[in-house]
Amino acid sequence: MKSINIKRFAVVAILLGMIGFAFAPAADKIVVKGSDTLVILAQKWAEVYMKSNPSVAIQVTGGGSGVGISALINGATDIANASRKMKQTEKEKLKARYNTLGVEVACAKDGITIYLNPANKVTELSIDQLSKIFKGEIKNWKQVGGADADIKLYGRENSSGTYVFFQENVVKGDYAPSCQTLPGTAAVVNAVKKDPNAIGYGGAAYAEGIEICKVKKDDKSKGCIPTAETIKTGEYPITRYLYMYLRNKPTGAMKSYIDWILSPEGQKLVVEMGYFPVK
Amino acid sequence: MAKKTKKAKRSELTDSGLIDITKRKFRWSDYLAEKIIRGTAFLSITIIILIFFFVFRESMPIFNTAKPEVKTETEKTSGNTQETYGEVTDPATAPGVKGADSTVSDQPELQEQYGDIKDNVIVSDSVKNAAYTVSAGSGHDDNQSALKSLLTKDWVPVSQNPRYGILSLIIGTFKITIISILFAAPLAIMAALYTASFAGKRLKEIIKPTIELLAGFPSVVIGFFALMVLATFLQNIFHYDTRLNSFVGGIAMGIAAIPIIFTITEDALTAVPRTFNEASLALGASKWQTAFFVILPAATPGIFAAVLLGIGRVFGETMIALMATGNAALMDLNPFTSVRTLAATIGAEMAEVVFGDTHYNVLFLIGSLLFIFTFILNAIAEFYVKGKLMKRIQGK
Repeated sequence: MKSINIKRFAVVAILLGMIGFAFAPAADKIVVKGSDTLVILAQKWAEVYMKSNPSVAIQVTGGGSGVGISALINGATDIANASRKMKQTEKEKLKARYNTLGVEVACAKDGITIYLNPANKVTELSIDQLSKIFKGEIKNWKQVGGADADIKLYGRENSSGTYVFFQENVVKGDYAPSCQTLPGTAAVVNAVKKDPNAIGYGGAAYAEGIEICKVKKDDKSKGCIPTAETIKTGEYPITRYLYMYLRNKPTGAMKSYIDWILSPEGQKLVVEMGYFPVK
Repeated sequence: MAKKTKKAKRSELTDSGLIDITKRKFRWSDYLAEKIIRGTAFLSITIIILIFFFVFRESMPIFNTAKPEVKTETEKTSGNTQETYGEVTDPATAPGVKGADSTVSDQPELQEQYGDIKDNVIVSDSVKNAAYTVSAGSGHDDNQSALKSLLTKDWVPVSQNPRYGILSLIIGTFKITIISILFAAPLAIMAALYTASFAGKRLKEIIKPTIELLAGFPSVVIGFFALMVLATFLQNIFHYDTRLNSFVGGIAMGIAAIPIIFTITEDALTAVPRTFNEASLALGASKWQTAFFVILPAATPGIFAAVLLGIGRVFGETMIALMATGNAALMDLNPFTSVRTLAATIGAEMAEVVFGDTHYNVLFLIGSLLFIFTFILNAIAEFYVKGKLMKRIQGK
């Protein structure tokens, strides 16, 4: 009788111990959530960093800039990746909840790339022409020196940080209603790949199997494609920072992780993954 | 004791000659089971009502602003935000960002920045000059203009002057629904007729589960298939201009709707009494004639319900629409142009919208619209099919 009781007790104790262990927080756990533009880079960072610092567990998920920032506001994540700046309304919410305005870390640079189908004769466009194309004022490739065919516009959903950035800085107006919006940059690249009269925009890291359009600031300057060189010198006109948002100034494991990202070692991975370093 | 009561009961039964069900022994297990079942039934009804109530409530603020009382309230709130704005600027201004350019100056509160990058100039000068900023959409003030724009054709929610014209979305949704039902309904009904009337037992056992397996197909997979393969394939056949359009989306959604229509139609066809079949064959009709002119008309109410359910599926389909239709909110009736459906709009934009914003309210309005449309569809299926059509066909 007694031995059975002891056995039972042992089983219960082991079970409880296992449950407790499962719920106990890992020593240093960092949750990262946000921008789909940044997610492949964030995953690479986490992977490499965890290899050299096994005591730190970093969990990375995508979902979009806004999703990441609202998770930061809700307390569901420690770091929010964003391909745009935080909106005023979001800052107010963060302030109401945590009495902080958040900390902004510019962690990489991205050149917004204009994708063209390789069959397209046009290889160079100015910012002004791009604006007119995406506003729907230029409707035929003939008007910018191409073949006589209608321009097919592809873009991102209006929930995307890239959509807003491109609208504010290049289009400077409303997109044409005929602009087709696709979920994700990869889908845009894929659509442009299959449509000879297509034009699309998105991050440089995704450009594969398509032609990267040369972009000029104005009619006089020379067009160039986004490379580390042209982005560093500011020759390529459409670049943006990619951000990480934190609630407070980083401390402890978080601080060393972010310092590592900004260090030459972390920035080397930025180049490796097809983005551009901050400096 | 027990024996006695048993005997007494038996004698009671024989006396009356009938079994008295009402005087059954009371059993707790039965009672509890009945209550639990009733509870779950009512719970599901309550949940549906609560969901609808929530969706509808979230969409209400657009209509509210027309009243003067609410206007004063919004003024108050805007006053509040300005106060905090003044308060916070002094202590929280971060150092090193003082020579801020135009993009930063309109932000009253400055965030701390970490790392070496203090420079806020992102885009080189030529691009930056003309400052075009998209409204953050904090506006309770633009609720009225949003309400006015509701019945226009422009769906431009992220813009300097946001317009929420849902007309093009409604037309787009109907366009794609019609296309997909025109594609799916005949195919599914014919397939069901074949399996019900002609296929041998062996073949039937293969066909039915296979088509029903398609119902369990994740719609993301169908959408992806449409995006990658179907769009190119159809463009090569029909040579239309836009690669992703309502036609491709309609066909892909039809694929999703076929199993639903097929299963219910097949059930309706097998439910037709055997005597119909036998009588028709005895009168000298061939197998085909029996199937087409006797069995099919007899099962019409069931088929009608099946098609309506298929329409419901297509109507609420989000993922396929998002991936295969191009999502451009155009208002025309050409089947080969892009469309943006109601469900896809919610799916695409809900994740990023600011909570409580006009855009947020409009998305919830679209949600209530979808709910109302499906409700009407189901009501038609219920009342028309079960009431009138059934009676007419049964010759009452």
